[in-house]
Amino acid sequence: MPDAFEPKIVAFFCNWCTYLGADLAGASRLKYAPNARVVRVMCSGRVDPQFVLNAFARGADGVLIGGCHPGDCHYQEGNYKALRRFRLLQRLAEQMGIEPERLRLEWISAAEGDRVRTVINDMVEKLKALGPRRVGQGPDRPVKDLAEVS
Amino acid sequence: MKPKVAFYWCASCGGCEEAVVDLDEDILKVVAAVDIVFWPVALDFKEKDVGAMPQGGIDICFINGAVRTTEQQRMALLLRAKAKVVVAFGACAQLGGIPALANLTTAAEILQEVNHTEQAEGLPRLFDSVFPLDRIIPVEYYIPGCPPTPRIILAAIEALLAGQAPSLSDHALCDECPRKDTRPPDLLLPQLHRIPHYALDPETCILAQGVPCLGPATRAGCEARCIGGNMPCTGCFGPTSRVRDFGAKALSALASVVAATEEKEIDTVFENLPDPAGTFYRYSLPVGRGLPPAAARRGRPTTTGEPYGNHT
Repeated sequence: MPDAFEPKIVAFFCNWCTYLGADLAGASRLKYAPNARVVRVMCSGRVDPQFVLNAFARGADGVLIGGCHPGDCHYQEGNYKALRRFRLLQRLAEQMGIEPERLRLEWISAAEGDRVRTVINDMVEKLKALGPRRVGQGPDRPVKDLAEVS
Repeated sequence: MKPKVAFYWCASCGGCEEAVVDLDEDILKVVAAVDIVFWPVALDFKEKDVGAMPQGGIDICFINGAVRTTEQQRMALLLRAKAKVVVAFGACAQLGGIPALANLTTAAEILQEVNHTEQAEGLPRLFDSVFPLDRIIPVEYYIPGCPPTPRIILAAIEALLAGQAPSLSDHALCDECPRKDTRPPDLLLPQLHRIPHYALDPETCILAQGVPCLGPATRAGCEARCIGGNMPCTGCFGPTSRVRDFGAKALSALASVVAATEEKEIDTVFENLPDPAGTFYRYSLPVGRGLPPAAARRGRPTTTGEPYGNHT
């Protein structure tokens, strides 16, 4: 009997809002799904789309980006930059076979520990329904030896 | 004795071969300096001629095109076995190129959609994915471009004949763009335009006019020839050495200079970018860090059925 599927989520949380929100969730002893691996970044605008695609390539089932609410960015407009990249990246990801549910952007303030719990729980539930990412290497990987093909 | 040189093409359009001919009278210098031992496009050589060569019988082998079929793979392996130095010539050999956009789907789907058929018996088989040359054989040097410009071809050949590595610029194209002074330092675009619907001014920075230009993310060295023709850069020289995933970086660069801040507003702006994968990964789909080699199969299980994460 294989183990039940537990999705791996890579969560990029900004230093000033969402990370503190997650900290608050911990300090408040809120219980939520343990599937997210949190990476603290200074700003959601620091999340390079390369990080997101790299996370998927290295086996993440979902990527969650957390930033300050619009108007609240510590650096004025980093979260708007994150939003623009996210909207475009989600379309790109879909073309590459990464379902939109796997990539999520949420505004969570330092006071919203409970929101961290709801978002992560909800994302885990949706990813479980979706199942693991299945992007195989295909049946025909090329061989490297001339003897095998001639 | 003159160095022995071979040219071969795999999955390519022939533009790279033409680029060699485009050297014009300079090609006479090249021809005088080398012995061409294999060049099926221009001269009558057969695969068996290569097979009869000793190991190391080719000093420099230029291969253009991506690897799409079992035949191309066989030729690549054969040439590798005979050549001292293999050069991936052009965007397809280096990055996968335009043929590699086929990696967004499978060989079977393409054959069904286009030819209403399946893989034919007795013909070379299509792989499900299109591979850059260095996924099949080790490659010593790369000459970027779609196609490489005569200037960098000549410079690369001269360097190789002198026993040196061809040198490439490691700056972004904007650095050598003749329009770089017209780009405002705090560029913010209220909207994007599509080329067919927009009359580009021939003097001003193309990105500043709101037409996606990948110059900020692309390696310089092409003398900004597309810009000279009043067309935006599409990224054929690939990324600089500091970028791991060209498409992601190009997307990032473009999204950063859009002014919109509201979700709806942003989506409206990006409506004029109907094909993000084709725009940002036009030449480099298989080499992006984000995509596994066999590319996306729209999330469907393949015959191996392994979740991708288990491969790494």
